[in-house]
Amino acid sequence: MTQPDYNLDQHQIIVPPGEIALETKDVNVFYGKKQATFDTSLAFPRFKISALIGASGSGKSTFLRCLNRMNDGVATVTGAIMYRDVNINQKKLNVYVLRKNIGMVFQHPNPFAKTIRENIQFALKKHGVKDQTVLDQRVEQSLRAAALWDEVKDKLDTSALELSGGQAQRLCIARSIAMQPDILLLDEPASALDPISTAKIEETLLELKQKYTIIIVTHNMQQAARVSDYTAFFHLGHVMEYKKTADIFTRPQVKATEDYISGNFG
Amino acid sequence: MNEIKEKLLKPSKETHQDQIGHLISLVCIGFIGILVVAILFFITTKGLATFTTNHVSVIDFFAKSDWSPSQKGPNGKPEVGALAMIVTSFAVTLLSAILATPFAIAMALFMTEIAPKRGQKILQPVIELLVGIPSVVYGFIGLMVLIPMVRTVFGGTGSGILPATIVLFVMVLPTITSMSVDALKAVPRDYRSAALSLGATRWQMMYKVVLRAATPGILTAMIFGMARAFGEALAVQMVIGNAVLMPTSLTSPTATLTSQLTTQMGNTIMGTLPNNALWTLALVLLVMSLVFNVIVKLIGKRSAFKK
Amino acid sequence: MKINAKKINKLAIGTIWALVSVVVLILIFLLGYILVTGLSDISWKFLTSTSSSISAGGGIRDQLFNSVYLLVLTIIISLPISLGAGIYLAEYAKDNWITTLIKTAIEVLSSLPSIVVGLFGYLILVIKFQLDYSILSGAIALTIFNLPLLTRSVEDSIEEVPKLQREAGLSLGLSKSKTIVGVVLPLAIPGIITGVILSSGRIFGEAAALIYTAGQSAPIVSYTDWNPFSPSSFLNPMRPAETLAVHIWKLNTEGIVPDAHIVSSGASAVLIIVILIFNLSSRFFGNWAYRKMTGTTRKKRG
Repeated sequence: MTQPDYNLDQHQIIVPPGEIALETKDVNVFYGKKQATFDTSLAFPRFKISALIGASGSGKSTFLRCLNRMNDGVATVTGAIMYRDVNINQKKLNVYVLRKNIGMVFQHPNPFAKTIRENIQFALKKHGVKDQTVLDQRVEQSLRAAALWDEVKDKLDTSALELSGGQAQRLCIARSIAMQPDILLLDEPASALDPISTAKIEETLLELKQKYTIIIVTHNMQQAARVSDYTAFFHLGHVMEYKKTADIFTRPQVKATEDYISGNFG
Repeated sequence: MNEIKEKLLKPSKETHQDQIGHLISLVCIGFIGILVVAILFFITTKGLATFTTNHVSVIDFFAKSDWSPSQKGPNGKPEVGALAMIVTSFAVTLLSAILATPFAIAMALFMTEIAPKRGQKILQPVIELLVGIPSVVYGFIGLMVLIPMVRTVFGGTGSGILPATIVLFVMVLPTITSMSVDALKAVPRDYRSAALSLGATRWQMMYKVVLRAATPGILTAMIFGMARAFGEALAVQMVIGNAVLMPTSLTSPTATLTSQLTTQMGNTIMGTLPNNALWTLALVLLVMSLVFNVIVKLIGKRSAFKK
Repeated sequence: MKINAKKINKLAIGTIWALVSVVVLILIFLLGYILVTGLSDISWKFLTSTSSSISAGGGIRDQLFNSVYLLVLTIIISLPISLGAGIYLAEYAKDNWITTLIKTAIEVLSSLPSIVVGLFGYLILVIKFQLDYSILSGAIALTIFNLPLLTRSVEDSIEEVPKLQREAGLSLGLSKSKTIVGVVLPLAIPGIITGVILSSGRIFGEAAALIYTAGQSAPIVSYTDWNPFSPSSFLNPMRPAETLAVHIWKLNTEGIVPDAHIVSSGASAVLIIVILIFNLSSRFFGNWAYRKMTGTTRKKRG
């Protein structure tokens, strides 16, 4: 499908009101010489769900991976990413502390080849949590938060590889939550799942938003409309529009957004 | 809040873990690197001593075939001519590779073109078992079976280039076969269907399309086979006859570089000419091993299909 | 023309069948010869009595033990180094000239004739470091011989672990080394085990690298002396140790034993049987380790 040429400089980006959990300033990502995102400046509000939408290859996942430095060693990232008054896009930064605070869930469920219990405890133990009661508590809490507890509470010591795709993905969410992060990044978490599992994940996200700031990449516009408070539309590495989800879906101001939302391309 | 800010900018346990992990793996790979350098260095210096310390002429070493480094020859100097061993080493290497390649190609074609499923299932274990048989066992069977046979047919002692070639043929066969299989598998599927759809017979398709496209890979396989044959010591030593004489026929007792090293290294004294001369043989082996590597690299650069 | 092509086709495919059959027959002959001539010579006495260097009726007890001991020591030394090196190549190596150089060095090492490795061991270990003909010299020489292959097998096994598993570990704030050891390595272990068993077969049959390192004599040792520092202990790594493969070679080149070929065929059969077991079991153990590692049957701990 050919895409119309849009004026990439014509964009509308708002700064959401209230406390900002994470903010990027002129972030550019390069794969070698090829530039993947251009001057991305977005502010993500606390305890809200922000969605990043756009066609595949629009740079939304690439951008998301900058936010907890998962692009290290893969791509070059310039610009500032402010988290708790620290520019986390600097060499000196302790990425391990950062990733404990900003967790990530990936497109394909990737539970460890360990038991369900170990999946959640493994990283905690490595981070120095030794008390078995604390560990057990965290297992239950995080599995409950990910709406998986009832399904797996009787088989915590079986292999996580035996879970269905949707269960495995919720386990991955639980695994991230168990670290008690601030922010949760989700990279198309439901794209590999069936509709029922997707619905469960979405329900989970709405629950989680009470305690976590969530940034979710999705190519599913309905999903963005259903779960998110704010939506950013990526096109060819540029953010064309960023505002309240209700606004962007009902009254898109930029031509590219309008065309994408009405299904003209992507 | 400030606590996190501080933590974000300070190294933690994980930072150190990473440095240590990286360091340990670096030490391991560095060890292997140093090992290779050490092998090259020590064998080269030892091997050159014949020329630098004992002042043996390089030309004589490679061009003459009289080998008696422990005794003074007619001109009052020990004779250190390695030509006979070099010729024999190359002879058994080339002959065994030439003999093995048709079999290896037939095996590879069988496994990839003629009966891909069944062939793979039966012949893969055959290859693995042939690789698994130790070289002393090959040498022992050569000694027990081949030598008497050669003796009956051709007379003489029965040892020499012919039995060595046959033993090496079996030993390099699995190497050449498995690498040829890889080469044939790398030829894109469409080449085959294109040829067949043009009305070619299966053999025409295999010969004109598949084998031609896989030629660089098969050549590489041959070189690897030759490298193995050239460096093989014990199996050859057991059937070659161990007489440092220029081979006069395929069944005259002779010696290869490796067989001479195997039998004589323990009988000479470190630092003497007879000993240094052996190290020079080892150096020739080492250099040839490097040459085989370079040839493989050169073929690889020209090859159309990379793995 | 058309008929001709068809005839050639038939002829060529027939030739291929014939050549393949010859190879299969060669293998059957080799295995048959060793097992038929050798099995009848294997007895409990043959396996448990000491060898003789002059008279008939010698056994292979010490050679068999030496082979096993050398194998175990070699794996103990080479596995950690190969693990580190394989991890480096799979996880840390950047795509630059240094990596190319290292990979070339490993290729060179893997294609070195084993007699050259043995002579290097002789020069450095036996002479320079004065380890003499000893199990330790032999084990280090075999390590040099084994390192390139085992490293490659570790590297391949690690690279086969999906990238997503690494990302899972890293995204939880684990260090790269913890992720490698705790997440990636368990999944790579089945492949590594297969690699170790296959290389064990190679080590077990190797002789050229040992003739001038572990030596060609098998002194009488005491199997009740468990102190590795005692000179007569079977565990003493500083004693010379002729292995099974070296024994076969020695009997047939310098041996004066009247029943050399009987002992050799028996020893060859033992060698082949052990190597067959290694080859056949490698996949089985790999699969077994996979079941263990993926935790399908893990029991609750703590």
